[in-house]
Amino acid sequence: MSSAIYDVIVVGAGSVGMPAAMSLAEQGMKVLCIDQFASPGQGCNKAAIGGLRATHSAPAKIKLCLESLKAFSTWKDTYGDDLEWRQGGYLFVAYRPKEEKILKDLLVIQKRHGLNIDWYEKNELLKIAPALNPESLIGGTFSPEDGGASPMLSCLAFHRRAVELGVECRFNERVTSIIRRKGKVVGVRTDKGGYATECVINAAGPWARQLAQAGGLDAPVVPDCHEAGITEPAARFLDPMVVDIRPAPGSVNYYFHQIHPGQVVFCITPDPAIVGSDRRETSAFLPMISRRMVDLMPKLANLKVRRTWRGLYPMTPDGSPLVGRSTELEGYIDAIGMCGQGYMLGPGVGALVARLAANRLQDGDEAILQELSPSRVFGGIEALK
Amino acid sequence: MPDFRIKDHPVLTTPGDATVPFSWKGQEMKAREGEVISSALFANGVRVFGHHHKDGSPQGIYCANGQCAQCSVVADGLSVKSCMVAVKPGMKVEPLEGKAGLIDVVGALQFHEIETIDTEVLILGGGPAGLSAAIELAKAGVGVILIDDKAALGGKLVLQTHKFFGSIDACHAGTRGMDIGEKLEAQVRSYENVRIWTETTALSVFSDRKVGVLRQGHYVLVRPQIMLVATGARERSLVFNGNSLPGVYGAGAFQTLVNRDLVRPSERLFVIGGGNVGLIAAYHALQAGIQVVGLCEALDECGGYKVHKDKLVRMGVPIHTRHTVVCANGTEEVESVTIAQLDPAWKIIPGTEKTFTCDTVLVAVGLEPVDEFLHKAKEYGLPYYAAGDAEEIAEASAAMFTGKIRGLEIAKALGRDVGEVPPEWHRTAEVLKSRPGATITEEIPDDEKGVFPIFHCSQEIPCNPCTSICPKGAITIEGSDILGLPMFNEEDCIACEQCVAVCPGLAITLVDFRKADENDAIVSIPYEFPGTSIKEGDIVTVLDTLGTPLGNVPVVKVRSPKFADHALLVKVKAPADIAKLIAGIRVQEAWVTEPAEDKVERLGDDEIVCRCERVTAGEIRALIRKGVRDMNELKAATRAGMGACGGKTCPSLIKRIFREEGVPEKQITDFTKRPVFIEVPLGAFAGVVTGEGPAVDTAHTHAVGAFQGGL
Repeated sequence: MSSAIYDVIVVGAGSVGMPAAMSLAEQGMKVLCIDQFASPGQGCNKAAIGGLRATHSAPAKIKLCLESLKAFSTWKDTYGDDLEWRQGGYLFVAYRPKEEKILKDLLVIQKRHGLNIDWYEKNELLKIAPALNPESLIGGTFSPEDGGASPMLSCLAFHRRAVELGVECRFNERVTSIIRRKGKVVGVRTDKGGYATECVINAAGPWARQLAQAGGLDAPVVPDCHEAGITEPAARFLDPMVVDIRPAPGSVNYYFHQIHPGQVVFCITPDPAIVGSDRRETSAFLPMISRRMVDLMPKLANLKVRRTWRGLYPMTPDGSPLVGRSTELEGYIDAIGMCGQGYMLGPGVGALVARLAANRLQDGDEAILQELSPSRVFGGIEALK
Repeated sequence: MPDFRIKDHPVLTTPGDATVPFSWKGQEMKAREGEVISSALFANGVRVFGHHHKDGSPQGIYCANGQCAQCSVVADGLSVKSCMVAVKPGMKVEPLEGKAGLIDVVGALQFHEIETIDTEVLILGGGPAGLSAAIELAKAGVGVILIDDKAALGGKLVLQTHKFFGSIDACHAGTRGMDIGEKLEAQVRSYENVRIWTETTALSVFSDRKVGVLRQGHYVLVRPQIMLVATGARERSLVFNGNSLPGVYGAGAFQTLVNRDLVRPSERLFVIGGGNVGLIAAYHALQAGIQVVGLCEALDECGGYKVHKDKLVRMGVPIHTRHTVVCANGTEEVESVTIAQLDPAWKIIPGTEKTFTCDTVLVAVGLEPVDEFLHKAKEYGLPYYAAGDAEEIAEASAAMFTGKIRGLEIAKALGRDVGEVPPEWHRTAEVLKSRPGATITEEIPDDEKGVFPIFHCSQEIPCNPCTSICPKGAITIEGSDILGLPMFNEEDCIACEQCVAVCPGLAITLVDFRKADENDAIVSIPYEFPGTSIKEGDIVTVLDTLGTPLGNVPVVKVRSPKFADHALLVKVKAPADIAKLIAGIRVQEAWVTEPAEDKVERLGDDEIVCRCERVTAGEIRALIRKGVRDMNELKAATRAGMGACGGKTCPSLIKRIFREEGVPEKQITDFTKRPVFIEVPLGAFAGVVTGEGPAVDTAHTHAVGAFQGGL
């Protein structure tokens, strides 16, 4: 067992764990970050497609993502690393009255939260995304302040800054148990040793439940699998992230954007959900999503697919994250259940749990923590999670 | 207008004139019918195909095999791999400057369902291994789909204009590789239970054990019971300054341009690497009328067959052993190459640099198996076998034989009554894979009367066609396999010259003391250069095995018997004291190989590791020194391995830098490999087609072309 005593141990060096470790160090804490993979972001951060938006419908997510967007958009000026941040907005398309209604209903809530998002009729929408198939297009919502960046470059930048601030990282190491005494956290044991601490933050993404169980707890986080792909780069032809929420056989929705270096990154939400942590490529994915994308944007037919992969969404019963202290184990904090939005929530959630661990909560934090409380009673499902 | 087409070749039949009009940057040019864009451009003197979007660096041909995207151009508005797409009449070809734009699609698209096709066996690759396996499977009545990404079957056999080693029984030794390919293809095509899909590339094995393939632009899923991976090998790359300049490419790419497409991509060539691939490529260059300035090899001896090396030396190509390449020089394309001598610790000895003027540098530093599908099949539980280079890098002769063995094994696994694989087959396969043995002193007979062959063959390699061809059975090798050195029973020679003609190493001469004057002898020498380059009465320089000139002697006869299969048999009259030492005729003048006076060196960090994303060795090294051990982190930080080739080239280069930095292999986490094998348009996966499905004559990427206009 290491003789060092850490103020906090963060388990998971991914989309949430890495910015959390960084924020904890910014709070002046001595931090250890442990990850089962070989380097930062090798769990599911690298599987994220990089979309960043604040245009949700739940207040907590809106606030956290606004904080994240601020971090991503100002990072290069503040710290120098290019995260490939690009503010192209999010565009939800409506080709049928059904989707038009869903989007317009949602817009009322989004407007109420002061978000910069509006409904655009067909011709106006085509000015924003001229490559869209105009046939039977009704219109859509567009939020110009949203955008995207590179999950991998972001995670590496957060890692670099975390290390500069004194965070210790241990890779290729798996936490096997959270050591507890009299209802309090006293350390963690790993497959390579052990470390003393009075505070553990679970940022283990799709593996959050296993970690909770290693502490004698449970977490209602179940991974399901989404498949994604990337194309060759092309000269810029698309600004926003395009989201099509029409269900079709085999898929609930799909979305894609042209990232900063020019490639199109795309992802589908399978129907029914593929529950579990199987990340092997399916033969159904490429034909299914290609057909939907080419139908929506015909000129994509000529764009070449370069690579595909699968990533895991750590899902919760109501589609909202679980963030906050455990009521059963003192010193244990959840930052889990991001439901596929760990990358966009990461810096916001990271900063929040750092304030929580340091007992320096700000105005408004309590409301967020209440909304995302791990011990909440699960009710409805958030629209368009 | 420059014309870089080969008009006169000793072995290959030159195709017809270029008649297909196309344009390059608005300038009118002509291509041969069916010619790929890259070869048509080379034939017209164009070697720079565009500039990279990241740093504006010039881009040209690299793999000539559809694996990378270095040769991309814009053809009629679409970015395509120029080495895989045929010129169409009136095609407007433009360089790819930066990133390609996307053209608009006119009209409504139609989608077809993606078909799933069942088969007993799917063979990936129609080269020597795949074809040989298909023959055995066909004989056993097994249903086979054999796919190959090229328009013609044969794999790399198509490029092998030289006669093969090995034995006549096992692998058609003494026959030219390209002719072996045709024989195997004809045999495979004679069976109805083998479905052959050319211009078809496997893209991935999926978790449901279906294999995604792109068949002539149309995406299809194949569900085999057993898959045979006979995908061959790819060429290794090398890190040096200027290694990504147009004009630096692989020996295999060069053979494609020269031997398949009959274009002369170079006028002065330098070869890096003394394995069989490099040695043979240099020989093929000479045959195509290209000057070979030299060849360097880091080791003390060339790793390839000695007979291949000797052949080059005799033609006047210097082999710089214990030398490495320092840099390729030039701004838009290669203008010269600098090499230097290595000390015992493999460090460059300062002051030993030599620079040679050349326009092309061939990298022939070894092969690695194309084993992606094998690993995926294993991971996903699809029963699989591997044969040829995909299993183990060896000669094509060995690939033919392992293919045959795997074919029988698969038939047996499928329950066919084919009996056991004969044990001697395994032995033969092992013999054919043998690395060259020790070099033994050449034995020159004492006799100076009568007629007899001399074997300038002093290294044990798996080869014996001379023993099979001798009508008197007077040539034998010791031992039970074909590795031994040939010996002759002098009593029996009838001077038929068949052994001279059949030897793949051109290492047999026939010395005849009977007809010449006293103190003279007539020496028959095999000669594989155009007939126009030599005639009776010429005075030629003859050389010994080491390439040392022995003197200038007259040619007394040149003949081209059918059994020599396009080779010429040249008789020279030589003084008796040198006659038995003569091993060849010099074809390249000494001045060709002189170093340039000015030593030019390319400066700065221009050693490219990842060609697709333009990542330098310096960037990789800096991260390794910072403590990075996960190749996926290198990838995330630099994009190395994320480019168009799908990480086919850089992993071994990165691992080499790790070794140079003293990082033990067990500390390194390897790249995570992802589908798809080559880049494919979304439209193909979407099932966008014009007609009812694959048409036999549709080219590889025609589905792409089909989206423009009309659709």
